[in-house]
Amino acid sequence: MTTTEKHIPLPEGSIERETTRINLGPTHPATHGVFQNILELDGETIVSAEQTVGYIHRAFEKIAERRPLYQITPLTDRLNYCSAPINNMGWHMTCEKLLGIQLPKRVEYLRVIIMELARIADHLICNSVIGVDTGAFTGFLYVMQYRELIYEIWEEVCGSRLTTNIGRIGGFERDFNNIAFSKLERFLNEYPDVLKEFENLFVRNRIFMERTIGTGPISAERALNYGFTGPNLRAAGVDYDVRVHSPYSSYQDFEFDIPTGTTGDTYDRFLVRNQEMWQSLRIIEQAYKKIQEMKGEEATVFHADVPEYYLPEKKDVYTKMEALIYHFKIIMGEIDIPPGEVYHSVEGGNGELGFYLISDGGRSPYRLHFRRPCFIYYQAYEEMIKGGMLSDAIIVMSSLNLIAGEMGG
Amino acid sequence: MALTNETIKQRLVEKFGEQVSGFEEPYGMLTFEAPKEFNLKVLNFLYDDAELKFRFLTDLTVVHYPAYIGRELAVVYHLHNMIDNVRIRFKVFTDINQPDVYTASGLFSSANWQEREAYDFFGVNFVGHPNLKRIMNVDEMDYFPMRKEYPLEDQTRVDKDDEMFGRGGGLGFGNEPTPDHRHTIAEEDKKAEQEILNGNDKDAQLN
Repeated sequence: MTTTEKHIPLPEGSIERETTRINLGPTHPATHGVFQNILELDGETIVSAEQTVGYIHRAFEKIAERRPLYQITPLTDRLNYCSAPINNMGWHMTCEKLLGIQLPKRVEYLRVIIMELARIADHLICNSVIGVDTGAFTGFLYVMQYRELIYEIWEEVCGSRLTTNIGRIGGFERDFNNIAFSKLERFLNEYPDVLKEFENLFVRNRIFMERTIGTGPISAERALNYGFTGPNLRAAGVDYDVRVHSPYSSYQDFEFDIPTGTTGDTYDRFLVRNQEMWQSLRIIEQAYKKIQEMKGEEATVFHADVPEYYLPEKKDVYTKMEALIYHFKIIMGEIDIPPGEVYHSVEGGNGELGFYLISDGGRSPYRLHFRRPCFIYYQAYEEMIKGGMLSDAIIVMSSLNLIAGEMGG
Repeated sequence: MALTNETIKQRLVEKFGEQVSGFEEPYGMLTFEAPKEFNLKVLNFLYDDAELKFRFLTDLTVVHYPAYIGRELAVVYHLHNMIDNVRIRFKVFTDINQPDVYTASGLFSSANWQEREAYDFFGVNFVGHPNLKRIMNVDEMDYFPMRKEYPLEDQTRVDKDDEMFGRGGGLGFGNEPTPDHRHTIAEEDKKAEQEILNGNDKDAQLN
């Protein structure tokens, strides 16, 4: 039809206006995971949406019912794989809470360092990906170097990078070596400048602001009703942080602020995550200083004395009867867990990561349930993108930091 | 005045009398249960009461206890009062043959998917739920996989039975008879051997 043709009115009863249904995903590059979203569009405006979590369920809760406690740690890696150490630590702490294990201060501070590094790695990905989705790829590549450095620190501590399986019930599998500490120092020296530069790229960037301010907002009330936690809730203006409200791993010893936003839009979520990275740096600096100040025996301890759950040193296994017995009992999963019912939560990269563990006195949990923040707040996605543009739906999704692994459980 | 577990318990007993029961405090978290018909009344009361203000649903899940006849499934709500920073755990038990429980999705939007997940894995029928269908598993699935009657691994494996994990089992370690599957492989071998002897060996015929 050429433009010169006259507009002919449609016959009576025909549809003049029609909405379009499109599939955003399951393998769309901007969905960062296998999510299928069925969007109903009127032009480019979203009329309604139906989001699905995808088929990523791996039956972790069922598998956990047949495994001894220490073998469940690798399962937790695969929840939010952008910040796997937080999941690992959260799980260890849940077990320690059930078993009543007290940890030495140094172990708790080392855990704090690892967890805060994980938070930085997590937020770094999320924020730089918002950049990618708005058309700014540079920031993403630039900060990846420093995520790499974080991974190298983890590698020194536990030997792996993404799915870390870091730490054990009762402490760490080995003490941090000097390379780990020197890399940490390098990170603390170099990262602030990088983060500053990263912020300069985005925070007052006209294009970025126009794209993100007012996009996908949510009120504090709705966010709470939808079970939001973590940076997404704080962006809506609620200063709820598990680290402050139910301190674990000696978070009460550190001084840090909880950044909050006001409107809960994409821009606020970006700013909150950026601020949190600064706060995480603050916490790491304090924790590292406290560790350096420790003297004598306190300065070398890296695990609590819990022979029933913490694997003995290999040389002891060969020479000491007791160590040999415990070694076999732990490896074969023959340690009985005391009966009990415990809920423990940590502040994960995306919010409150909870572990609900029921033990009936057997050798594996009777029931284990993960409270996965991503799964819970993704429900609000439809409400957040309704009435907006199609291109906004994509940056709202990336700013929520949806991690496929945390959907499935 | 900080909200204590004792106060919460008192307020609940004042309001619901003997309907709320089973008060416990494992690891400091107040835990109690109510009949399943009362779940919405209790949740609404906890939400609306000016003193209690449990307005955040942290977690909703189900636990299956096959041993509790007539009350096999427990729906567990973790609620959080963010102002006083108190958490409680609230349970309702239901019969597995008639697992109808009122939905909390009208009160908490976050309950919507969590109830779908609970339905998907345990088959709890949340009455009044706007969209109660499977969320993780395929729609064609006709059972509820997280129930205890569905074993995790192939039960014919003798190296990994419940005995190893402290929950009975019984695969001939004690006085129990050896299960049948231990014989089958040996018997099949014997049968095959016999067939070869009889000249009916399939492989040989092919050659």
